[in-house]
Amino acid sequence: MSSLAQVGAEQSVSARLKRRPMRHVTERVIELILFLAASVSVFTTLAIVFILVRESWIFFEHVPLHDFIFDTQWTPLFDDAHFGIMVLLSGTLTSSLVALLIAIPLGTIIAIYLSEFAPFRVREVAKPFLELLGGIPTIVYGYFALVFLTPVLQKIYPALPGFNLLSAGLIMGVMIIPYVSSLAEDAMRAVPMNLREGSYAMGATRLQTALRVVVPAATSGITSAYILGISRAVGETMILAVAGGMQPNLSFNPAEPGATITSYIVQVALGDLPHGSIGYQTIFAAGLTLMLMTLMFNLLGHYLRRRFREVY
Amino acid sequence: MDAETLQSIRAMVVRSKRRDEVFGLVGVAALMVGVLTFAALFLDMAVQGMARIDADFLTSFPSRRPAQAGILSAWVGSTLVMLVTAVAAVPLGVATGVYLEEYAPKNWITDVIEINVTNLAGVPSIIYGLLALGLFVYQFGLGQSILTAGLTLALLILPVVIVATRESIRAIPQMIREGSFACGATTWQTVRDHILPYSTPGILTGVIIGMARAIGETAPVITIGALTFIAFLPPSPFQGTPPFVNADWLLAPFTVMPIQMFNWTSRPEAEFQVNAAAAGFILVLMTLLMNGLAIWLRYRLRRNIKW
Repeated sequence: MSSLAQVGAEQSVSARLKRRPMRHVTERVIELILFLAASVSVFTTLAIVFILVRESWIFFEHVPLHDFIFDTQWTPLFDDAHFGIMVLLSGTLTSSLVALLIAIPLGTIIAIYLSEFAPFRVREVAKPFLELLGGIPTIVYGYFALVFLTPVLQKIYPALPGFNLLSAGLIMGVMIIPYVSSLAEDAMRAVPMNLREGSYAMGATRLQTALRVVVPAATSGITSAYILGISRAVGETMILAVAGGMQPNLSFNPAEPGATITSYIVQVALGDLPHGSIGYQTIFAAGLTLMLMTLMFNLLGHYLRRRFREVY
Repeated sequence: MDAETLQSIRAMVVRSKRRDEVFGLVGVAALMVGVLTFAALFLDMAVQGMARIDADFLTSFPSRRPAQAGILSAWVGSTLVMLVTAVAAVPLGVATGVYLEEYAPKNWITDVIEINVTNLAGVPSIIYGLLALGLFVYQFGLGQSILTAGLTLALLILPVVIVATRESIRAIPQMIREGSFACGATTWQTVRDHILPYSTPGILTGVIIGMARAIGETAPVITIGALTFIAFLPPSPFQGTPPFVNADWLLAPFTVMPIQMFNWTSRPEAEFQVNAAAAGFILVLMTLLMNGLAIWLRYRLRRNIKW
């Protein structure tokens, strides 16, 4: 009798609401699948480290680390091969410096202007525009540096060679402005309004409030913005490969052509060296150097963010 | 307060106000550097390249003769690579975002994943190229194929998709979840029926921005050793006989728009530079359109949704 009643009760429940004994199992399986998807990013990092170290290992079996760091020549494809990474580093540092001299001041000014000064309308137009500027492919910027900016600069300074780090660096600077300005602006807008109100109540002007209250309070975020800018500059490839020339050149003069770590990798990848040859393995050693540099900047950024963090 | 002090205070106020105005102008000038560069770049490409852009340019293979060269293999290659990228990056990125926001317990494993995503966003794109060269090309033996390029770019834009997913999920108020749980829904039912539908526009915005970045990426695709001179098309994904689709194209050699442009840019002849400008103009238009679409989507989203 009681079992009959039970059957009757179950039938009166619609199929959609029926007990599903597998429900908890399904939930766990889905969670596991999502977790596996999330761990792909961890495996990506591990794979990057693994590949770079393994392939560089082959390189460092033939070239002593001491030569790699202290040699002043980079001629991996010649008979008299030298592997002084310093030569490529000088190109990377010079072009990055030129770019950051443009991107950091202009990016900061734009961030302060958009966060503290600009009327609503201007901000609504300027922010998407900057985003578009940051979305243009870097190969296009490279073409523009080579075909437009270099000839313009040559009118001012006729001795400038057709390939040079200066125009590549300048264009790279403009490309990086949006990255710096948008992060720095976010940081400034996150500063609570009452700090500004306090400053205004003391009779400070907008500029005084911006420079002495908002910027110091947002230092941690602004630092992140700069670090991101530096990482972009150091890792930028196509602008330098197109407009910077690819001759390795130990010099810190931006008005000369020069190879960077990144443009060297492109140069070798375009050639037809066999996998496993020393010339070919150099790109992994160069890549490892680049990776270590960006890692160093990221750690520095992490430390600085902690150091300057303000909690409201 | 004597007149002299008052005078000096007034002078100071005037001075400070003038500094404000001057900074306002400096700010506009800084913005103008961006605007002018963009205008010069766009106009230069349009003026140089417009003459070359016609139906023939879109339907011809690259050629040794600049006037006959076109971008057929480049845009077909770009389209197929983007297809692979989207198919790989969207499910992975969205799943990661959902996991981190809705499932992840607070422990060190979650911390590791989160720090990883942040760090991956800062890894230079050429490093992804070296990863793909070592892993996909040599370790897995996928060759210098559309599949390799698509997967490489998918890894590259994964952080963009993840961050967009997380942000749009985080914007959904907690009460939606509570309502769903109160009705007896499980976590997955809540995610499937509420979280994902409500965050779709935001995720879409992120995906479009990521794809716009991927389509213009040159360095990683060059690093895996993509050929620059491809005068043929990959095998068609469709065929007349069952099963009507085939996967041969995945392992075919290819070229993409930015590589074609790079190839033309590095030629000494001026006529090839014109081709490069034309290809560049199309590339810029494509990325502008995609980014513009994303910005418009986000704008509409911000206006429409009021929780």
